[in-house]
Amino acid sequence: MEIEGWELAGSGIHIIDVMEGQKIEELKLASQRAIPDPDDWLEAEVRRNVLLTTVDYAVNWARSRSIFPLMFGLACCAFEMIAAAASRFDIARFGMDIFRWSPRQADLMIVAGTITWKMAPAVKLIYEQMAEPKWVIAMGACAISGGTFRESYSVVPGLNRIVPVDVYVPGCPPRPEGLIYGIRLIHQKIMSESIKKR
Amino acid sequence: MTISLDCERVAKRLSQEFPGSVLAVEKPAIVLEIERLREVAEFLKTSPEFELDYLANLTAVDYLDYFEVVYHLVSLTHNHGLMLKVRCYERTKPMVPSVVDVWRAADFQEREVYDLMGIVFKGHPNLKRLFLWEGFEGHPLRKDYL
Amino acid sequence: MALKTEPFILNVGPQHPSTHGVFRMRVTLDGEVVVDVEPVIGYLHRGIEKLAESRTYTQIIPLTDRLDYLASMTNNFGYVLAVEKLAGIKAPERAEYLRIIMAELMRISSHLMAVGFFLNDLGAMMTPVLYMWREREKIMDLFEMVCGQRLTYNYMRIGGVSHDIPEEFLPALKRFIAEMPKFIDEYEQLLSENEILLARTKGVGVLPREMAINIGASGPVLRASGVKWDIRKADPYSIYDRFDFEVPVGTIGDCYDRYWVRIQEMRQSVRIVEQAIKQLPRGEICARVAQPLRLPAGEVYGHIEAPKGELGFYLVSDNSIAPYRFHVRPPTLINLTALKDMVVGWKIADLIVIFGSIDVCLGEIDR
Repeated sequence: MEIEGWELAGSGIHIIDVMEGQKIEELKLASQRAIPDPDDWLEAEVRRNVLLTTVDYAVNWARSRSIFPLMFGLACCAFEMIAAAASRFDIARFGMDIFRWSPRQADLMIVAGTITWKMAPAVKLIYEQMAEPKWVIAMGACAISGGTFRESYSVVPGLNRIVPVDVYVPGCPPRPEGLIYGIRLIHQKIMSESIKKR
Repeated sequence: MTISLDCERVAKRLSQEFPGSVLAVEKPAIVLEIERLREVAEFLKTSPEFELDYLANLTAVDYLDYFEVVYHLVSLTHNHGLMLKVRCYERTKPMVPSVVDVWRAADFQEREVYDLMGIVFKGHPNLKRLFLWEGFEGHPLRKDYL
Repeated sequence: MALKTEPFILNVGPQHPSTHGVFRMRVTLDGEVVVDVEPVIGYLHRGIEKLAESRTYTQIIPLTDRLDYLASMTNNFGYVLAVEKLAGIKAPERAEYLRIIMAELMRISSHLMAVGFFLNDLGAMMTPVLYMWREREKIMDLFEMVCGQRLTYNYMRIGGVSHDIPEEFLPALKRFIAEMPKFIDEYEQLLSENEILLARTKGVGVLPREMAINIGASGPVLRASGVKWDIRKADPYSIYDRFDFEVPVGTIGDCYDRYWVRIQEMRQSVRIVEQAIKQLPRGEICARVAQPLRLPAGEVYGHIEAPKGELGFYLVSDNSIAPYRFHVRPPTLINLTALKDMVVGWKIADLIVIFGSIDVCLGEIDR
């Protein structure tokens, strides 16, 4: 866009802005469909009776009782997530007392808040930086489907456009008890997995 | 109580100092000529009877024939306020002089108006998009977007 | 032999422990000293202003909740006052007193969060946050009694408030107000004379008085720099002129002054709530308003003193059920204008402290 009588300031930094803008537009074009949910754990009953061995049970028990969550609070839901970690609705009793800030040290990414297209490459990058095995919780209406801002020009309509999601916790914002129920569902999911599949 | 200054009186005073700068008086605001905005702004900030040194709000509205940039000014010492408006009839390349060196509060607010409405502020040191990314096409808050 | 050095650009990225939300800064460093800082925002831009043009006036109230999500009651209050100013609706007495009680409780809660996370940035980890969260949970319980929500209340309506207070509210509120000054004393005892706090915040990040007025700062940031400007006293709205309270003002505008002003404002808010409880009358809680509401054609700028500064709403109406233009004047975006001047010359650890003392909330900056 040509504009006369005005020049761009700090042209070195401007090139970084243009490159980042291109990355965002590419991600937007590539995320037109939702990633299907990995719900191969729903027939848990069958699998637990037939395929689970004692090794599986021990490994799953260890994994599920000491998950390190990644604090990814973007908007209002972040404060209910912090409330879940504070002294009243303590999630330290489930083994998750330290919220890791670095994705390299975390297992569970709790995305709390509205995701915009500008933030989407950062979410994807952080998801890819986490080591396997990893799980994702989409917390709040905005992360599930765009929430009350769905028709906006800059909001991603749901986290499952960018990363695969395991558990959805509805609410605006969900109460801390709701988040703890979602975390218990993740525990159940982990208990029904087998190390052969991962 | 912050008193809103009487527009007629202020308009008469401004017409004395800068003849031809006041286009109209529409209560509660004074509509100025675009090119004279900067000198009127400096006068309003420094003259001892007004001393409007605090820019409370800067925003723009898209009426379909023209864009209107609105300024809300307050004086902390005298506790009175004034509202100024500037109209731009260009649709494709609207340009308004920037008031950043008079009130630095206009810095981010003018960048926001450029980002969302597309109005270019002449003389702004760093006019880049603020909320949306480079490569976003269009200006969302215009009435003909989407 | 001279050592050759180069400046280094560091990205304090959108996901960071102490950015108070998704805020990004491109910092140019010379060793550890900050040379230039460029804030990059927009990671939470949800297009609230455009969405509001296709919703009725009452449907915009939940949208305003999500602006500064730590102080939803005052956001609602500001918007509803702007609409009532244009429409000429007057809220009944009981509704006005309830609004003031809720707004001042919200101010206490927001300042508790501000001070708690400021100390978190200084390195005191989560301990002050958990102490202050204890009081904040009590305030959130009070709000839950009234409107059922803990964070985004959607409580005020055009012409009044939406629910009346249940019978257990006033005894619980009186108990809370009676104990709160003791808790503020506890915080001051632990924090205000603390050597580490004094060494790291006295004289750090000074915002001079002239610059504070020029950049349009408001709220505790402006008052810490020595300017006595509080919209509750200078341009009183609702029934604030019936209450007796003081406005704390700092001296030089460093981080310690901003922290001190917030602690004193909490004490004054407790005073206002005490007086409001004594004067609370009986009566209606909401004026009769036509639904869907049509405002007369015109424009209005209504502003209030939110915990973070001057929150203003500029509404243009063309006599239909939705506004023609809805603009929010965000206090924290404008307070950030002088970030570069406050930070240049200090080290990178001080950058985090100075940024934390301005107390931003990204929902309001990005809208």
